[in-house]
Amino acid sequence: MFEQLSDKLNVTFERLRGRPRVSEADLEEALRDVRVALLEADVNLKVVRQLIATVRERALGEKVLESITGAQQVVKIVHDALVEMLGGEAAPIERAATPPTVVLLVGLQGSGKTTTAGKLANTLRKQGRHPLLVAADVHRPAAIDQLRALGKQLGIPVTEVNASRVASDVAAAIAAAPAQARDTVIVDTAGRLHIDDEMMKEVEAVVAAAKPHEVLLVVDAMTGQDAVEAASAFKARLPISGLVLTKVDSDARGGASLSIRAATGIPVKLLGVGEKLDALEVFHPDRLAQRILGMGDVLTLVEKAQEAVDRKTAEEQTKKLLEARFTFEDFYATLQQVKRMGPIGDLMKMIPGMGAVAKQLPTGPEAEAQMKRIEAMISSMTRAERVDPTIINGSRRRRIAAGSGTTVTEVNQLIKQFAEMQKLMKQMGGLAKSGRLPRIPGMPMPR
Amino acid sequence: MSLSDGLAKTRGGFLSRLFGRKAEEPITPEFLDELEEALLRADLSVSLVDPLMAQVRDLASTGELKTVPKALDAVREVLVAELTKQDASLRSGGKPRVILVVGVNGSGKTTTAAKLAKRLRDAGESPLLVAADTFRAAAIEQLETWASRLDIPIVSGRPDGDPAAVVFDAINAANARGNSTVIADTAGRLHTKGHLMDELGKIVRVTGRAREGAPDEVLLVLDGTAGQNAIQQARQFTKDANVTGLVITKLDGTAKGGAVFAIVHELGLPVKYLGVGEKADDLVPMDARAFVDALLPRAA
Repeated sequence: MFEQLSDKLNVTFERLRGRPRVSEADLEEALRDVRVALLEADVNLKVVRQLIATVRERALGEKVLESITGAQQVVKIVHDALVEMLGGEAAPIERAATPPTVVLLVGLQGSGKTTTAGKLANTLRKQGRHPLLVAADVHRPAAIDQLRALGKQLGIPVTEVNASRVASDVAAAIAAAPAQARDTVIVDTAGRLHIDDEMMKEVEAVVAAAKPHEVLLVVDAMTGQDAVEAASAFKARLPISGLVLTKVDSDARGGASLSIRAATGIPVKLLGVGEKLDALEVFHPDRLAQRILGMGDVLTLVEKAQEAVDRKTAEEQTKKLLEARFTFEDFYATLQQVKRMGPIGDLMKMIPGMGAVAKQLPTGPEAEAQMKRIEAMISSMTRAERVDPTIINGSRRRRIAAGSGTTVTEVNQLIKQFAEMQKLMKQMGGLAKSGRLPRIPGMPMPR
Repeated sequence: MSLSDGLAKTRGGFLSRLFGRKAEEPITPEFLDELEEALLRADLSVSLVDPLMAQVRDLASTGELKTVPKALDAVREVLVAELTKQDASLRSGGKPRVILVVGVNGSGKTTTAAKLAKRLRDAGESPLLVAADTFRAAAIEQLETWASRLDIPIVSGRPDGDPAAVVFDAINAANARGNSTVIADTAGRLHTKGHLMDELGKIVRVTGRAREGAPDEVLLVLDGTAGQNAIQQARQFTKDANVTGLVITKLDGTAKGGAVFAIVHELGLPVKYLGVGEKADDLVPMDARAFVDALLPRAA
């Protein structure tokens, strides 16, 4: 979601870097551009003004106007100011000393509370917790049906509350959780306007009864200037402990929701990044600032790889790869693992300096289509052919092309590329054994 | 709830400084800053605010605009003019009239579809609601609950069914039953999801096969709290689904929906309705003056 802000700032910085020295006029021009870029990204006006003032003050203080590395310094000052705005380290979801841990989700209508409740239950279960969902949105028609349906999909129990006694039913559901061997209770509440006093009183009563360890405010990443106003109002009445940004998979620049941290001090904890129930990510503020400034996000990439790739299989394959025993069979398995990590374009953007490259590569639908064709060709091979591609003669090639809906030329290309890769890998394997190949941190290497 | 009540909740606060001034007060640099702040905080695009403020500053320096109320009126006029360029009435090109309700997740499509059905029924029409959001869990039940509350007939798809087929069947059903208008609620989709936007394009095309020239309206529902991303949404939905008009929802909060000016300016789409509350009657026809007055309130 942050690519466009990143692009805008980079244009500004490129222009600045082109100058031998940064004059006062250059600095002011750059600051004007930064202001527009931030406002277009929906960063709260007050936060923008503060950020610009900070950058100007520091830039003048560090005498960038006299320095030959002035442009670099300005970029660094903007970077640091952004990191300060976003906050430092990732903030984990609390865990109560004595279970059950109670997590309450609140927010405006349509921000994505119910979907987030389902995703959060799924995420926490993956971490070994035993969640219980509590459907406490008694206002929106069919909201309880929605959570019940999500619970059914996930195989996670859902307790419903009665409209006439929301707070006491939520408390009862929490009290009953340990008996059902549930150590975490996630409460979905109704969407409400921060200025609707009656509805705010209702949720205050729920908080008083539930004594939650986390009260997460769910905010649509596409929200504009109003985000800070709404968040401040929620914080004034409820013990908000963190923010969940949803719909981050849009092209929103997310500035307003991010300025909530700067304006209210509430840390962003989680990001909703898709419609599927596993599309919830931990938010890393420091990494995000780097991504906004086009510095890549290698850590997230490595984590994604670790999650998607079965370590043992990967080590086995790397070993095979370097000994040139890597077959189409292994290649197919690798493809499946890469696919699990997400669209190729998204992965490329996380690699430092690849943001620009990613744009020129056939990413998105094109790259996915190419992957699909390769997959289809490999699927159309027999096991013997996958293990030993040298037996694939002309008639086998025709059969593979027909079976996969591709052409013989494409099959030829795939086999040729595969052979070249094997050759290259064999050479690299030799280097690795002699210890001349640098080890890539986080990547499994053969011992 | 009346439009002005719904839109008036946010008067006061920092705006009272701006608008509590006396009638003859001259234009000062502080006033100009506050005016700019009011516009930007209402989510008006900086690409519109910067040139607009430049004009106000020019007119102030040449003495053509002398007092604060004159300057505010000038800005209000520009904004109202922008919103009244297009025809905001509901179009109809045949029987039954077909209205598709589209938008991103959580913008308020289902609620808008229900409210619109009630509004048309109250005006003497016989609407048929169509629950064509076959994707989100319990979306069909949500519209069915509204339909039974309002006593309006409804045709529902099956979960995970083909939404285009549901709309097609509903138009035929409306013909058979004599319903004058079909209002179809579609699944929320982010404008960045190519395959979901293609699916929406298909719904629009299939609608045209059920009735020549349909749909008559493709209403894009925009969350009034949305910022500059609303412009991206409008661009993409217009490209893939031929949007004919806008509905701005959730204006009963503190958001002003100012992002819509850039959309109207760039795409020439009329704003047809405003959502100003949670009740069935809280969908009102666009009133440019009331909308702009909520943005730059008049002193009481």
